[in-house]
Amino acid sequence: MRTKFLAVPYVVWMAIFVVAPIILVVIYAFTTADGSFTLGNFSNMLDYLSVFGRSFYLAFISTVICILIGYPIAYILSKQGARFQRAVIMLFMLPMWMNFLLRTYSWMSILENTGLLNRFLNFIGLPSISIINTQAAVVIGMVYNFLPFMILPIYSVIVKIDRSLIEAAQDLGGNSVAVFRRVLFPLSLPGIISGITMVFVPAVSTFVISQLLGGGKQMLLGDLIEMQFLGSAYNPHLGSAIALVMMIVVTIFMYIINKFGDGEEQAVML
Amino acid sequence: MKKIIAVVLVLSLLCLPTLSGCGSSSGSAGEVNVYNWGEYIDESLFELFEEQTGIKVNYQTYPNNESMYSTLKTGGASYDVIFPSDYMVSRLIQEDMLEKINFDNVPNFELVDDVFKSPDYDPTSEYSVPYTWGTVGLIYNSDMIDEEITSWSALFNPDYSGQILMFDNSRDAFGIALKYLGYSQNTTDENELNEAYELLESQKPILQAYVMDQIFSKLESGEAAIGPYYAGDYLTMKETNPALKFVIPDEGSNLFYDAMCIPKGAENKENAEKFINFMCSTEACIANMDVTGYASVNREAWEEYSADLSEEDKNVMYPSDEVIERCDVFINLPQEILDKYDEMWISLKSS
Repeated sequence: MRTKFLAVPYVVWMAIFVVAPIILVVIYAFTTADGSFTLGNFSNMLDYLSVFGRSFYLAFISTVICILIGYPIAYILSKQGARFQRAVIMLFMLPMWMNFLLRTYSWMSILENTGLLNRFLNFIGLPSISIINTQAAVVIGMVYNFLPFMILPIYSVIVKIDRSLIEAAQDLGGNSVAVFRRVLFPLSLPGIISGITMVFVPAVSTFVISQLLGGGKQMLLGDLIEMQFLGSAYNPHLGSAIALVMMIVVTIFMYIINKFGDGEEQAVML
Repeated sequence: MKKIIAVVLVLSLLCLPTLSGCGSSSGSAGEVNVYNWGEYIDESLFELFEEQTGIKVNYQTYPNNESMYSTLKTGGASYDVIFPSDYMVSRLIQEDMLEKINFDNVPNFELVDDVFKSPDYDPTSEYSVPYTWGTVGLIYNSDMIDEEITSWSALFNPDYSGQILMFDNSRDAFGIALKYLGYSQNTTDENELNEAYELLESQKPILQAYVMDQIFSKLESGEAAIGPYYAGDYLTMKETNPALKFVIPDEGSNLFYDAMCIPKGAENKENAEKFINFMCSTEACIANMDVTGYASVNREAWEEYSADLSEEDKNVMYPSDEVIERCDVFINLPQEILDKYDEMWISLKSS
């Protein structure tokens, strides 16, 4: 009883800031401007398949790159001394205390044709590369911004793995590949899964990155939704419908991913 | 049962703000809630206004007309003075979202130049007081482009491939394409719009980026060579990079007005009128011109301010009648055309 009482503020909070907005989105998605029921918002959406495709594609690529970079970093880090670990984790967190927009804006001035990267390349005698306003630049922006969300969950799972399990595997004659493949990797899977959730979901709905680094030429779902709420036609109904479909697709995607975790420790759904 | 109680709690919490409202005016003379474009006013004027009238100014900003419109529409906040542009003023009038202004409380309206009174967007001149006006033109870097630019064709010229910037909003981007093709910027003819779409589609491969405020850094640093933007902002950019030039192309361009209006249901209407009156004063107009770079509609203020300006700056801020005649002022378009704009814009940007 006591514990239930303590949960009241939490329930109220969730109801106002999580449940109520979702209900609003659903209501908007199925109505027209004058409030009558419609499915038109969803049939209109077929025109935007290419935007859906591009968003999921770029978010997928970014997530894969984040795993490829993030996992080794988390693994190597977990083998270092405690003070070193704390310092490096701190360094990963530090840029995240800066505003997201500002960080993305800095990447614009790094990647521009007359930017820092090209000036450096020219300085050491190499030709310039043209990378700004392409999909590659968008992926770089996503990977940079979301990489810490991949490293931290993997790291926190790996450091908690019981060393004796690894020693046992070694005692039983497993070489380092076998130990990794059959002991370490399966045990760290929950970390990878929550990392995927925390990178993929924000990546698929981001909009500032594509505007600043993609030159506004690579429209993503986030841009599309923003346009429906702040664009000239002002159509929050279509915007809500798009948001709803995106939420459903992401939920299905996360459900499938969680299945890989074998229900051992269900990854946190965000 | 618990769930029902929770739902009731939530609903009552949601209703609270609407019941109590924002009407807790403090002090004797109350307050005025002002909602304006970013960087579009001299904020030190608020203190002066408070000193003169005792009315406290609460100030907030928005990035474009559409987001201001959606804030008003969703009723998320209550404002007393807003600064919509021409076409948005007529849209707000049409949708009955503005209060009529009591001009007895705005004696400084007399100072507004007659040419700006009873404009097309507010023909009866009951709902708005003009604030500033200006033009859209081409800004280009004369170090990177040798020829003298006189036409919008430069934006579609493959010689400048990768150096061209374009407006990242549908109305301005289509406006330029329509003007280049010799059509009105307010056309409702679908064939003309489709032609403009094809022109913009052919431009996309040679375009560096669609931008709004990022144009400042990209033109100032020489990252891009040419792009369309507002005249007042050109004056700001030129201070950083003197190689930048401004031209209103021969085909004509867009002429815009921003006006002060009072949204329907404003809680401090009289204070709003006092504020509008204050912003029309010569003193306030001069201070604002100095900060924003946009010409004031107050003739006296303009003459006093422009006395110190170079001939070029004067022409940028206050183009000649002959140039103005070539320009269109946006009017509000019917909803089906606005939908068409959005649809074409999304298909352009996602192709």
